[in-house]
Amino acid sequence: MIPASSPIFERSIYMHPKSYSILGSHGSKSAVERIAQAVFTVCGFFAVLAVASITLYMVISGTPALFKVGILDILFGTVWKPTAADPSFGILYVILTSIMGTALAILIGVPIGVMTAVFLAEVAPARLAGIVRPAVELLAGIPSVIYGLLGILILNPLMYKLELKLFAGSSTHQFTGGANLISAVLVLALMILPTVINISENALRSVPTEMRSASLALGATKIQTIFQVVLPAAKSGIITAIVLGTGRAIGEAMAISLVSGSSVNIPLPFNSVRFLTTAIVSEMSYSSGLHKQVLFTIGLVLFAFIMIINISLNRILKKGEAKQ
Amino acid sequence: MKKNLMKFMAIAGTTILTMGTLSGCGSSNAETVAAGTAPQTTAAQGETAQDTPNLKGSISMVGSTSMEKFSTALSELFMEKYPNVTVQAEFVGSGAGVEAVNNGSADIGNSSRNLKDEEKANGVAENIVAIDGIAVITDSANAAEDLTKDQLISIYNGSITNWKEAGGADQPIVVIGRESGSGTRSAFEEILKVEDNCKYSNELDSTGAVMAKVASTPGAIGYVSLDVLDDTVKTLNLDGVEPSADTIQSGSYFLSRPFVMATKGEIAEQSDLVKALFDYIYSDEGTELVKSVGLIPVN
Repeated sequence: MIPASSPIFERSIYMHPKSYSILGSHGSKSAVERIAQAVFTVCGFFAVLAVASITLYMVISGTPALFKVGILDILFGTVWKPTAADPSFGILYVILTSIMGTALAILIGVPIGVMTAVFLAEVAPARLAGIVRPAVELLAGIPSVIYGLLGILILNPLMYKLELKLFAGSSTHQFTGGANLISAVLVLALMILPTVINISENALRSVPTEMRSASLALGATKIQTIFQVVLPAAKSGIITAIVLGTGRAIGEAMAISLVSGSSVNIPLPFNSVRFLTTAIVSEMSYSSGLHKQVLFTIGLVLFAFIMIINISLNRILKKGEAKQ
Repeated sequence: MKKNLMKFMAIAGTTILTMGTLSGCGSSNAETVAAGTAPQTTAAQGETAQDTPNLKGSISMVGSTSMEKFSTALSELFMEKYPNVTVQAEFVGSGAGVEAVNNGSADIGNSSRNLKDEEKANGVAENIVAIDGIAVITDSANAAEDLTKDQLISIYNGSITNWKEAGGADQPIVVIGRESGSGTRSAFEEILKVEDNCKYSNELDSTGAVMAKVASTPGAIGYVSLDVLDDTVKTLNLDGVEPSADTIQSGSYFLSRPFVMATKGEIAEQSDLVKALFDYIYSDEGTELVKSVGLIPVN
């Protein structure tokens, strides 16, 4: 620190006897500034460092197996027998399950989510919105394992009843006890709701009131205004909501590992299925050697999917900005 | 005066915060680890000081992947007790383990099956250190009581899909198993000789998940280690034998297998190190260890 007898110290007392401002004389100012600058830069680079090291790590640990097993054999093989005497590591069904499951969850979750957002932003009386909004916020805060438990305790038994009715007497269907693609999709759809609702609602709210007024003044009804004017105006925000929802759905592991059955199968509605995430989670603990490397490759595939989603999100956001 | 104090505070505060952020993770980890191992370490040091201060060297163990959990736990605790000893364990398969001990490249060969006659003829001694037992469970309302080995195989390879073909009511069988890589799964499939032919409808990644799923799904069948059984599920008899420590030790319950740590020649002919390891396994501590990894002690 600056010694009490230094000229800087004395001068500063003389000039600003009661000032507590951080702006001081030149020398000490630059020291404070420089240290603060350094601290902030270091903090800022933590995120960069994390992303860079994760990317590097995923590529380094995920690629060897691709070449050992063969890219086509991994990505387009349909047989997953990692511990067999003659192991095969085909993850085509796993990839398809992730795509299919996410797409279906979006198909169910997005309409409900956007409608809820419209309700909250446009039509709901203040008191009703006061009930719905905290509920949505709570939904966002519930840990994913709780969704999974809910699925295993409520959804799976219901699904099993349905399965027993639909496939009664079938000799080819393998009964799964309700742990199937539909269960996983329903849980995922529920889980992406808060994301979709919150972001769409913000987008709807940021549509200028003048546009609504103009539409109403032209004689459009409230519903016409919402669907013809407000929703199109909030399009880029709603697309952002969908993309973020997709990201959440494809990256979810815990909840669906409990309800999906986790056998590698073609993603048909009543089949027990395994997602990219659950493939890693369920086998990482005891795997070794090539098996473990392939699990890292699955992680790399998942990572690639999420990167694609993020990049497309950035594109959409930039487009939206350019328009405005 | 005050201004400089404020500046000092600002800088010091930032520095402390940053250091806190930087070191927070590392230091708390270290504390946890220290807290976790401290009592054991002190206990181990106490004993080492008394009986065997001068055991030194390394033991090599090669063999069964199914015994990985047991071997790892064993080597960790053994090395804690004898800090100058290192135990190296490799997991390459039972056959390779016995071969390694036979040709002298390893001190101990781990095998999760009984030794073959020709292996014994080469002078390899079969030291059974623990027994792995697996129970077959169904939901508690299931009418089936008993399965034969063939029925169990047929259920798991998918040729029987309804309980009425296996002594139960007319309801579909939901075949539940563990994920590939699980020791229980490999043991189950090895004993029944259905390796990689099983048609699972659910591959769950923990014993608890299997228990919960079987308990809540009518018509489900699953397999778990003996030590986790409780009232939420029904345990099936196999070939008329109820699974228990007694029937497994006597060999009448077929869904079990020995964990063998084979040595070239009897234990008594081994080095002091290997002798100490077997003494440890057969001691009370060793028995506790065997139980803690879900196995049945031999004695």
